[in-house]
Amino acid sequence: MDKILRVNMTDLTTRVEETPAEWAGLGGRALTSTIVAKEVPPACHALGPHNKLVFAPGLLSGTAASNSGRLSAGAKSPLTGGIKESNVGGTAAQMFARLGIKALIVEGVPPGEGWYALKVGKDGVTIEEERGLLGLGNFAVIDALQALLGKKTGVIAIGPAGEMKLTSANISVKDPSGKIRSHGRGGLGAVMGSKRIKFIAIDDEGAPGIQIADPEAFKAASCVFTKALMDHPVSGQGLPTYGTNVLVNILHEAGGLPTRNFTHGQFDGHEQICGETMHDTIVARGGKPRHGCHAGCVIQCSQVYHDKEGQYLTSGFEYETIWGLGANCLIKELDDIALADSVMDDLGLDSIETAVAFGVAMEAGILPWGDGKEVVRILREEVGKGTALGRVIGSGAGAVGRTYGVTRVPVVKNQAIPAYDPRSVKGIGITYCTSPMGADHTAGYTIATNILNVGGQVDPLKKEGQVELSRNLQIATAAVDSTGMCIFIAFPALDIPECLPALIGMINARFGAKLTGEDVTGLGKSVLKLERAFNLAAGLTSADDRLPEFFCSDPVSPHQAVWDFTNEEIDAFWDF
Amino acid sequence: MAPITVTIKLFAHFRHGRFKEADHQFPPGTACRDVILGLGFRLGEMGIVMVNGQHAPLDHPLSERDTLALFPLVGGG
Repeated sequence: MDKILRVNMTDLTTRVEETPAEWAGLGGRALTSTIVAKEVPPACHALGPHNKLVFAPGLLSGTAASNSGRLSAGAKSPLTGGIKESNVGGTAAQMFARLGIKALIVEGVPPGEGWYALKVGKDGVTIEEERGLLGLGNFAVIDALQALLGKKTGVIAIGPAGEMKLTSANISVKDPSGKIRSHGRGGLGAVMGSKRIKFIAIDDEGAPGIQIADPEAFKAASCVFTKALMDHPVSGQGLPTYGTNVLVNILHEAGGLPTRNFTHGQFDGHEQICGETMHDTIVARGGKPRHGCHAGCVIQCSQVYHDKEGQYLTSGFEYETIWGLGANCLIKELDDIALADSVMDDLGLDSIETAVAFGVAMEAGILPWGDGKEVVRILREEVGKGTALGRVIGSGAGAVGRTYGVTRVPVVKNQAIPAYDPRSVKGIGITYCTSPMGADHTAGYTIATNILNVGGQVDPLKKEGQVELSRNLQIATAAVDSTGMCIFIAFPALDIPECLPALIGMINARFGAKLTGEDVTGLGKSVLKLERAFNLAAGLTSADDRLPEFFCSDPVSPHQAVWDFTNEEIDAFWDF
Repeated sequence: MAPITVTIKLFAHFRHGRFKEADHQFPPGTACRDVILGLGFRLGEMGIVMVNGQHAPLDHPLSERDTLALFPLVGGG
């Protein structure tokens, strides 16, 4: 039976607990949100002693199931004031699962000024004082820990942004190449910083491994599942070739590419930053157009991007980051965006929140539009060194807007709106409004059906069908986020009938369970309602399920679209 | 009747051996399907077909100065 590791930073004790029966069938987001909802007082200060930081691998993590290596992190978010789950690739989820760790719960805040590290292994978890790596960036932390503990060590760390408890701080997880993937959104790095934990090192030597209840059934379902992933044109060919950045040209063409801090829907520099250009640049410089964020990924949407000299510059270079600094800040040099991406990874900053914060900062006149060199300087010299300006930018788009009196501030629940304009892609606007996470495209990715013709077609410019689309996708996503699966399995799951039954078949074979499709939908619904109840108890209301005013009043070109949902129409999302 | 001019934009691997963007002339009433087949694509390869930034069915008739954008099935997020 998998176990719960509990770390109390107030009295610096740890213990290993049996998994309560009611948590046995949960994993990933379902488990982190259940634990946060049960154990964290909703009204507590997110950086105070009553918040808890929870890590949980998904139900299938650690098995041979393709794309199952995602780790969920949960807490009350210091950015949104609501519940947060953010999931990540890397090596940690599979190591936790092999060690039989259902969840790691970190609670309390240490007395005094000291910093600490956690060491997780087959005998549980220990707390050690940490001095040497304080103030260092994530890359240096990983390099140092690999030198000290061996190449195979797992690492979960915060950079200087997390140490400063900035609300854009993320939590970095070592990937199979010794680089970084991120629990990006919602400021979970600040929560880890508030508990003064610089890093968690994982050693899975001697791990008991995964017990599969019905190995034959698992293998059969796994084959069907992997075949569906490989057969679907998006997960089998599109994502591996161009990565997520293929979306720049698609959203530009559809008029949904937010440009100049959400002033326009198209960017005249789109060809310079698009996926096609990026692919050719990577190949010409000897980088890798295909790269997996975790072992067992067959989609390989990540990539390794080299600089002009052919040296490693960044990896996991995503559409949302490239959009955020590109179209949204009018930066046309992909190399500048790549360098900024690398610096944000090193400092431990959410690259969506930070890119949108720079767009608001440019609107405020803090730096010129399109100045990628100044973005990098501000990241290194201001955010990295904790100057007043740096801390404002590192606290996100909402903080920059409030500090400088900007009215066009694209946030919901104080979390930055990502790379799809909700006026011209209306389904995603419903997701931004209603997701308990704040503005989060991954929570219910209507772009699939609004734009990409996956899972049917719902006209992105009309209101009809958007609430139902977002609701169905948010329910499905909450369930998928609990399995340890990458969200991109949704593309084949929406189009290939064998895919979802195979996923459920693997869960049943792993645990000896008899779940049906309805059970899985029911899990998704219950997770969303649990998260919503936490937010309401924390003081959020339906007034927080709204887009900023300018989306209703300022039409976006080229379709001159505005956000025109009534409050009642938005609130009907919760009728399930 | 005079021919119409349509701007055709191709994306992702559709560009290989073809072009990124070009103006072509067609008889009035030409449908998206005719242009797609005329460029040597199979209809099953089409992921997204947009005319002037909006999704269009294959039998959509094109007009003077329309922009036709063709994408294979790709995605991200």
